[in-house]
Amino acid sequence: MASTTMEPEADAAAHHHPALQHQFDSLEQQKESSTLGMWLFLVTEIMFFGGLFTAYVVYRRTFQGVFAAASHHLDVTLGAINTAVLIFSSLTVALAIWSAQMNRRKGIVFFLVLTILLGGVFLGIKTVEYSHKFHDNLVPGPNFHFDGPSPEKAEIFFSLYFIMTGLHALHMIIGMGVLAALIRPAWKGRYDASYYNPLECTGLYWHFVDIVWIFLFPLLYLLGAHAR
Amino acid sequence: MAEHVTSRKLYFAIFAALMVLTAATVAVAKIDLGALNDVVAMAIAVAKALLVLLFFMHVRYSTRLTALTAMGGFLWLAILIFLTMTDYLTRGVLLDDVPGK
Amino acid sequence: MDTTATVSDTTLASPETGYERPNYLNAAYGMRSWLLTRDHKRIAILYLISVSVFFALGSLFALLIRLELLTPEGDMVQPDTYNRLFTMHGVVMVFFFLIPAIPAVLGNFLVPLMIGAKDLAFPKLNLASWYVYNLGGIFTLWSIVHGGVDTGWTFYAPLSTQYSNTYVISAALGVFINGFSTIFTGMNFIVTIHRMRAPGMTWFRLPLFIWSHYATSLIIVLGTPVIAITLLLVAAERLLHLGIFDPRLGGDPILFQHLFWFYSHPAVYIMILPAMGVISELVAAFARKRVFGYRFVAFASIAIAVLGFLVWGHHMFLAGQSIYLSTIFSILSMLVAVPSAIKVFNWTATLYEGSISYQTPMLYALGFIGLFTIGGLTGTMIATLGIDVHVHDTYFIVAHFHYIMVGGTIMAYMGGLHYWWPKISGRLYPAFLSRLSALLVFVGFNLTFLPQFVLGYLGMPRRYWSYPPEFQVLNVLSTAGASILGVGYVLPLFYFIWSMRYGKRSGDNPWGAIGLEWDTPSPPPTDNFHTIPVVTRPPYAYNEQEVHDRTSHPEARVG
Repeated sequence: MASTTMEPEADAAAHHHPALQHQFDSLEQQKESSTLGMWLFLVTEIMFFGGLFTAYVVYRRTFQGVFAAASHHLDVTLGAINTAVLIFSSLTVALAIWSAQMNRRKGIVFFLVLTILLGGVFLGIKTVEYSHKFHDNLVPGPNFHFDGPSPEKAEIFFSLYFIMTGLHALHMIIGMGVLAALIRPAWKGRYDASYYNPLECTGLYWHFVDIVWIFLFPLLYLLGAHAR
Repeated sequence: MAEHVTSRKLYFAIFAALMVLTAATVAVAKIDLGALNDVVAMAIAVAKALLVLLFFMHVRYSTRLTALTAMGGFLWLAILIFLTMTDYLTRGVLLDDVPGK
Repeated sequence: MDTTATVSDTTLASPETGYERPNYLNAAYGMRSWLLTRDHKRIAILYLISVSVFFALGSLFALLIRLELLTPEGDMVQPDTYNRLFTMHGVVMVFFFLIPAIPAVLGNFLVPLMIGAKDLAFPKLNLASWYVYNLGGIFTLWSIVHGGVDTGWTFYAPLSTQYSNTYVISAALGVFINGFSTIFTGMNFIVTIHRMRAPGMTWFRLPLFIWSHYATSLIIVLGTPVIAITLLLVAAERLLHLGIFDPRLGGDPILFQHLFWFYSHPAVYIMILPAMGVISELVAAFARKRVFGYRFVAFASIAIAVLGFLVWGHHMFLAGQSIYLSTIFSILSMLVAVPSAIKVFNWTATLYEGSISYQTPMLYALGFIGLFTIGGLTGTMIATLGIDVHVHDTYFIVAHFHYIMVGGTIMAYMGGLHYWWPKISGRLYPAFLSRLSALLVFVGFNLTFLPQFVLGYLGMPRRYWSYPPEFQVLNVLSTAGASILGVGYVLPLFYFIWSMRYGKRSGDNPWGAIGLEWDTPSPPPTDNFHTIPVVTRPPYAYNEQEVHDRTSHPEARVG
């Protein structure tokens, strides 16, 4: 809760920590504040993606058959591999924070780099998938062509597919950028058991991006997975 | 500062559980369970999300406010989806037996 | 026992000597010190300038609309142009004035002061919020310069996604970016209020202004992202010719409306809740009495925030929404009126047997209570399905929401500016002119919008550039009122600026009000408090002896 510190002189130790910002009375208050702030931002992200999920749920229910047929064109194997890759990257970013808590400077850097690499793998696989769609004329637009009844409804499926996974990929790229920006300060020993807020907050963001994919995968890919 | 440090063992265990659940969801999807497919898929997704939230995101060891904040976000999304879907589910539903819906 | 009143501050320098104590205004000079500031008080002033510019722009559009409507025929502008006028009036006023004004100006300035903190939790995020606001403004201005948008501020599909040949995407982008500005402010307020209250400042000792801004911030965080994604979808559909909202391609335009109104209804509570917070402060200060039913008012703010998310379908009664869902939304809309009514009753009860003085802020507060009540009651009228079928998309609706937004929010904003101006600037403004402005605003406002209720009920549609001749008299009255209203708004601009240089120094607490923000000098030092206070008193702990000790100008009649 709010710090009980009143006289600046009394809390000398905290005030000498280089990372303590002047509006806060203690590192603990600062940590709790930045964590809460990050969580609030994640709530906005839930609602942001949520609008897309709403649209998807509405149309999925209305056009069940066409959506299943359209989903059939997605590569379940690649999607599953990507799911595993992202979950693995959540593990590595959690271990980066663990390293900070354990004062293992090199561990932080190692796991940050590993997380970014795994993110790269995810994006690489996504690129492969997107290029397949392009070649199969399943990208919404003038070249869209779907073999089956109600192609325009299938186009809605693919519109939502590209917007949802595209927005997700954009969030991943931003996340990777932020993770990369943490490498240098981590290497310089800025983060340790007493202060690792930026790692924690970035980790929360990264896990959230993982959770979005945890829902995207079954909703988009597994619809038409059983053979007809 | 008294800060809960999750053990590596626990992290690996959660990771393993997530992998198992991912395999499960793919396997179940290949079987035709009719309407249950969606239910099972979403249940597994929710379970996975909970594991990530509670352990990777430390909600299990955080303040009540954090847990409330996370819950609030998902609850609000549920409101958006639920009330919007109610429109689509009840449009064109006539109480009287009128022909030509 | 009292809070550690900074008695030393009141005696340090007196208005008579003119000695300028170090405060946040003279702490540093030059553009850089303002444009790169982290001080929440300076950021509030930056916002004051920005929102005033957009208010002027939105008012200009309003003026042009009212001029066109002086005559029944469309004879001043082309019909297409008229569409652009009311659209840009709405976009600018809603997103760039009404939503940010009270939170980003008064909220930014006062939240840390009222809770006894040195600043907000995230000062840099606060500054970023202002820059993002202006960035959104630039995109919107760009679209205005190129002819604006003609879809209505509601951007309905498929007009916005397909048929409109105006700059929809840049305007939508402007609003999208502006949304982030609001989100940053909301995040900052929630964390600050949770984590940075002074020792002893428990939740139920907080001023109601804080409760209101807390509830507002909850709405901001939960709702704004949805309009963000909705506008993104509109832009995507428009650019790539997708079919998400296009009926010919299987899409549903009503889905757009669901997503749009899921935010835009709670948005109106973003606009009114901070105003209600201001009114609670004004009523307590100028009745010298604690707010009646404090806890009820506090919880009512939260109730409004929550219930406000459950009523959006009342904008869609005639759109093709399921009749069953419409009924549910209608009932829920009745329910959301209850906490608002509780507040109005409690403010009235606060006034009862209070020691009332009719200074300018109080004039605005009293105006608010009356006008908001009218706006709110007409709201319950149109929440009724049967009535809405008749008045939807008529001037009845226009009058309803202007009573709340202008008669409510803007009056509260003006009242708040007048109340806290001495705190912000250390100066007093001329009493006569300020009361005259309040009167002009009240008279002008009612003359503008009361006829519109009648017009709407008689069937005059909104967003129409011409109308049947029998409606002309009421329209002329409305335009006359708008002119008077305009004068009422322009006057404060002049005397506030005048006061910064020539106004009498106010002393630390010219109103003799009770609140942590009044326990610190006017204008406050950069760090707000010389020593962080320890709070032991309940909120609005007025009693006559205390009031006499606090007032630095006991004999002066101020503004």
